[in-house]
Amino acid sequence: MQEKIVEVIQLSKHFGKTVAVQDVSFDVYQGDVFGFLGPNGAGKSTTIRTMLSLISPTSGEIRLFGKSLSSHRHEILAKIGCIVEKPDFYRYLSAEKNLEIAGRISGTRITKSKIHEMIEFVGLKGRERDKLGGFSHGMKQRLGIAQTLLHDPELIILDEPTTGLDPQGIIDIRNLILQLSKERNKTVVLSSHILSEIELIANRMVIINKGKSIVQGEVKTLLNSEDLIVQFESDRAFDAKSYLQKQFKNVSIEIDEQLLSIHCTQEKIPEINKILCDQGFQVSSIQSKRKLEDYFLKLINQ
Amino acid sequence: MFLRSTYNEFIKIASKPRSYMGFGAITLLVGVILFAMKMDGLAFISFITASFEQTLSFEGNILNGNLIGFIILQMLVIHIPLLIALVTGDLVSGEAAMGTIRLLLTKPISRTNILMSKFVAGCCYTLIIIFWFAFMAVVVAKILFGTGDLMVLNNDGLVIIKAPDVTWRFLSAFALAFLSLATIATLSIMLSCFSENSIGPIVATMAVIILFTIINTLDVQVFDRVRPYLFTTHMAAWRSFFSDPLPKREIIQSILVLLAHIGVMLSIAIYKFNRKDILS
Repeated sequence: MQEKIVEVIQLSKHFGKTVAVQDVSFDVYQGDVFGFLGPNGAGKSTTIRTMLSLISPTSGEIRLFGKSLSSHRHEILAKIGCIVEKPDFYRYLSAEKNLEIAGRISGTRITKSKIHEMIEFVGLKGRERDKLGGFSHGMKQRLGIAQTLLHDPELIILDEPTTGLDPQGIIDIRNLILQLSKERNKTVVLSSHILSEIELIANRMVIINKGKSIVQGEVKTLLNSEDLIVQFESDRAFDAKSYLQKQFKNVSIEIDEQLLSIHCTQEKIPEINKILCDQGFQVSSIQSKRKLEDYFLKLINQ
Repeated sequence: MFLRSTYNEFIKIASKPRSYMGFGAITLLVGVILFAMKMDGLAFISFITASFEQTLSFEGNILNGNLIGFIILQMLVIHIPLLIALVTGDLVSGEAAMGTIRLLLTKPISRTNILMSKFVAGCCYTLIIIFWFAFMAVVVAKILFGTGDLMVLNNDGLVIIKAPDVTWRFLSAFALAFLSLATIATLSIMLSCFSENSIGPIVATMAVIILFTIINTLDVQVFDRVRPYLFTTHMAAWRSFFSDPLPKREIIQSILVLLAHIGVMLSIAIYKFNRKDILS
């Protein structure tokens, strides 16, 4: 059985009369890329800040690496690298000096060569002596990742790491997270309000809304349980539609020239394809599109 | 870890442009006073000594570096708190405003250690400012005006301190001035723990100093009981080192009151900082 790296148990945080997080529980296992999903204001950042002891919980417990955060704070934080909300650095210092400052209190001896290795890893080589005042958001985000990895942490916590990035920046950060998980075997907790982002990166996830966890589990299982829109490109699309509607009475089929859009589950795709082929229709492409927004909205509106 | 964190704080203070404003301001202000004294110092001194000239005769170099140093110390020591608060008031709240507080507090170091390293760095900055002030006010003044006996006008009358007796008095006076300014540094660090922006604690520190100074100077009976416990009452205690005989009891009392203020304010700061939810 995989080792539990994070255990959030019945976590609640109240700010006066405002309930930010209410009885949230989830587990993250060794090697997971764990998605922490929810709309803005759902309580993601509050939960993450509590996991990093930036905020004290009103009730509940957080255990990391099998130990309670409240009693083993130093030991636990030495094994964590994180970016909370956005990577903020000292604007009047260079990238290199900022990493030196972070490294000096990271609990591990960080050499200059390690700092330069990290700067190179995130693609900022040549800019290490530049002051942060002149860095773009994307560059700060990269430096944030370098700071996160500086002391070779076992657990990486990234709060909305792609916010404010351009499409290329989003792809870069996504690839970097996948690389950290696959090549360096890091456990990653990733918060986001974008389901497609979590779907692309995470293997497990929890969805929270209004401070409460709604659902958690394997990403594939959670998303596969929902209907898809599957687009079959076929010749004689009108005939194919008529035939399929006779076979599957409760299935909704829409047609657009040679494209049949069918609402069905993942398991139905091979069956539909076989029927079409058996009836002599030529299927030239099959594309499945998940109704992510619908799924997400359905959950959070429950 | 504490030493590393303190080293970090030194680097941050040394890298901020605002940290050099104090040095610039002291250089400019002392420079202006030295220039004025060089140009018209004798007239200034004769205005002070005029009332004594019928009963006393003054010989030798009255307008010397020691006297100029004393005048500068008296004129400027009340303005330096602003220069100190400008840096120390920003130590915690500046990190909150910039967002770097999250970087610090997610590292394996206790919040108390982080705050103490800021306190130590703030006190060191204060000490360096005092050194620079002492250098400009006394050393440069002695180079320009030479040395001699120090003539001080106290509440008790005119006190003449012999030249060889002056150096230790200046050193003690600057040490006590440092303690006063360290109290200001602690006050601004404490206020900084309650704020999320840089400017608030600086303004609040000056507001407290102005309020306490008004209470000190207002000759109203209702404030008589609190006056001995206000740190502003003891900020001018450095002057006692230029009295003859030395009022040891008052000096020790001032030192204890200032130390008590530092202790209490630092404890409040640690308490608040340890319980602070980081929402910025």
